[in-house]
Amino acid sequence: MFPRLVYESFRRQGRRKLLAGVAITLGVAVATAMIAVATDIGDKINRELRSYGANLVVTPQEDTLDVEVGGVNLKPPSDGAFLIEADLPKIRGTFWHNNIVGFSPMLPVTVKLDAREVTLVGTYFNKPLRFGKEDFGTGVRITHPWWRVSCGDGKESPNCAWPADDSQNVLIGERLAARLNQKPGHTIAVSGHPLTISAILSTGGDEDDQIVAPLALAQQILGKPGAVRRVYVSALTKPQDALSVRDPKTMTPEVYDRWYCSPYVQSIAYQLQEVIPHSHAEQIRQVAQNEGTVLSRIKGLMLLITFAALFASALAVSAAMATAIYERRVEVGLMKALGAGNLVVSAIFFAEALLLALAGGLAGFSAGALLARQIGRSIFNSQISIEPVLFPIIIALAVFVTFAGSAAAIRRAVKFDPVFALRGEG
Amino acid sequence: MSTMNALNTPEQVADRRAHGPHISMFGRMLLRAAVLRRRRAASALLAMIVAAAVATAMMNLYVDVQAKLRTEFRNYGANVVIVAKDGQSLPADALAKIESVLGSKTLAVPFSYAVARTHDGQSVVVVGTDFARARELNHWWKVSHWPDTPDQALIGMRAAGVVLPKASPNRQPFELTFQGKAIQLVPAGMLQTGAGEDSRIYLDQSEFQNWTGVAPSTIEVAANGTGEEVETSIRQLAGALPSADIRPVRQIMEGEANVLNKTRATLYASATLVVITSALCVLATLIGWVFDRRRDFAIMKALGASERLVNGFFAAEAAALGVVGAILGFFIGIGVAAWIGRVNFHAPVVPRFGVFPYVLAGSVAVALISAILPIELLRRVQPAIILRGE
Repeated sequence: MFPRLVYESFRRQGRRKLLAGVAITLGVAVATAMIAVATDIGDKINRELRSYGANLVVTPQEDTLDVEVGGVNLKPPSDGAFLIEADLPKIRGTFWHNNIVGFSPMLPVTVKLDAREVTLVGTYFNKPLRFGKEDFGTGVRITHPWWRVSCGDGKESPNCAWPADDSQNVLIGERLAARLNQKPGHTIAVSGHPLTISAILSTGGDEDDQIVAPLALAQQILGKPGAVRRVYVSALTKPQDALSVRDPKTMTPEVYDRWYCSPYVQSIAYQLQEVIPHSHAEQIRQVAQNEGTVLSRIKGLMLLITFAALFASALAVSAAMATAIYERRVEVGLMKALGAGNLVVSAIFFAEALLLALAGGLAGFSAGALLARQIGRSIFNSQISIEPVLFPIIIALAVFVTFAGSAAAIRRAVKFDPVFALRGEG
Repeated sequence: MSTMNALNTPEQVADRRAHGPHISMFGRMLLRAAVLRRRRAASALLAMIVAAAVATAMMNLYVDVQAKLRTEFRNYGANVVIVAKDGQSLPADALAKIESVLGSKTLAVPFSYAVARTHDGQSVVVVGTDFARARELNHWWKVSHWPDTPDQALIGMRAAGVVLPKASPNRQPFELTFQGKAIQLVPAGMLQTGAGEDSRIYLDQSEFQNWTGVAPSTIEVAANGTGEEVETSIRQLAGALPSADIRPVRQIMEGEANVLNKTRATLYASATLVVITSALCVLATLIGWVFDRRRDFAIMKALGASERLVNGFFAAEAAALGVVGAILGFFIGIGVAAWIGRVNFHAPVVPRFGVFPYVLAGSVAVALISAILPIELLRRVQPAIILRGE
């Protein structure tokens, strides 16, 4: 009898049920999408924060002081220590290698150009490298996304492109180019090497007064094959907390493991020192220190908005359920007049609510997942992944909200005197 | 008891009403409908208030959060750099000019550079600056102790190894020479940034100028506002300082624009979703409410009310609900936005009364839609059928 009552109710009141079901579906869809976006926003914004550039720098351990004013390097070129280029692919072998977005080696060399002293910086543009079985590309195009190359007018053009990493082509900083009246396609004699300018570089920094060349070329000019002065590393990190700033030497083994296996900027620096011999890795505080605050502000904001979304969708589901039940007081009166107890009547309503919640929850979860994906694709150009563990949580949430929304209405419907209901005096 | 009854005979009630303040039939119907079905009216109003509050909070946040985030982004330091052309010095009144162009609240920090020699002949870059301003601009500088007196210097982490005697690194005076002129300095503290600053020694500007005679060649400016506003500031500065090269720090400006755009887009998508959901909530509640009153509708029609009157009645009821809900919800929403601002940004969100017309129009529109929809359905039904309870 009980299943038939529920079945008949769905069959005969299809339209009403559909309305309640649609409300649940929409509520659950919004909740799912918002939870998915809120849980993933940290990772997404972290990646966007990489547009501020590298947050770590690796230098030789026993390096002499940099003597650099306004982008002009005054340090004797072969002075001090160097890192070895062949060690660099090992950066992909650190524990947190998946968090390392890219790295760029730098080798500044003072060269003679038209009897002037100019700094030429050797680096990777987008160099294909190999570590183990993994092929990857890295360079300034990844770590310094604000660098722009053009024909000198600031606009991208196929004629003025990035030089290849194995070529004799260079980029010339826009202020230097203006001062020397050089244009792309010109050949310049740098310390006896004829180099072709492939494009004008604009960075808004010291590089505007410099020449940027492939690393191998800078090494050749300096006469030190395989030498690198410093390496900029761009890594996804976790905001700093009390554990991150502790000195690893004073930690117990368990704390050390927890520290080592968290992507703090400090632990990534420590791991970089481990893989690159005779190196010293340091966070670039301007970038590293600020991203934590920005990240936690945005995450906090999304969390609070998600609560607002959950609240609004819970209310929408409750309102729809209350309306649906309120309309069926006559039915309740009839059941009670025929001898049904309060318990049975409530049980029928709750069973219906459960069915609605499950169906609406399932449909809503799928719709919400699609919505989250759409948001991820249109805003961040990447997927927002839905954790499978979210599914049972969402379904439980849908059932709970539907029950909570129905409870007051069911109680009132059950309390209603059947005589009034049957006389039609609602 | 009997006097009470005597006061409430139909004649007396009619008499009292006739002499009481005149309310039109229409107004009385509206009022009685709200009073008699208090519970249903209250739940409809509650849904309206919540929706209006959520919408208000979202719109307030959407406008204000961008300004809040921009303040956070200023912690990244200067976004505009002013450099003297061709290795010369900036005019002495450059700082005053910058402040007169951009307002005195703008942070501008002068820097002057010189290469000095240590006691054993090594080169080191010495920088003269205004410590109070530099501290304000560069929050990320990790400094063990800021200088208190002009003869104290801030030593970069890596420079310390070169200028300070190995045996007694702390607080021992050390000597630097610039073009034959020597100076005695006391280290105040260590500076750590992970960048070029680590290799330098920072001095107070006036002390530095007395020693080297070099005036500031660079001024770093943290200009507030949107990207366009900063561009305008740069143009104004270029007009005020023709002898200098003024350029945006692209690393900072582009990073900020990128993160801000993504956050704004996410916020916009979320706010839209939340507002749609709350509008849905109102729709569900109000449709139920109006549908529930089909008997009133039928009686009105049976008594000869015109279609226009009936429609007008329900529409006026819905509009009143929308207006009351929007007003109450607006103030609650402002409170919620202020609370979120306090919790998340440690600064209250300024209430924006400019969003009120939108909230009001939206509330009334949703209320009207949810009243008209069921009436359209009911209109086709004969009043007799409804009254018979079928």
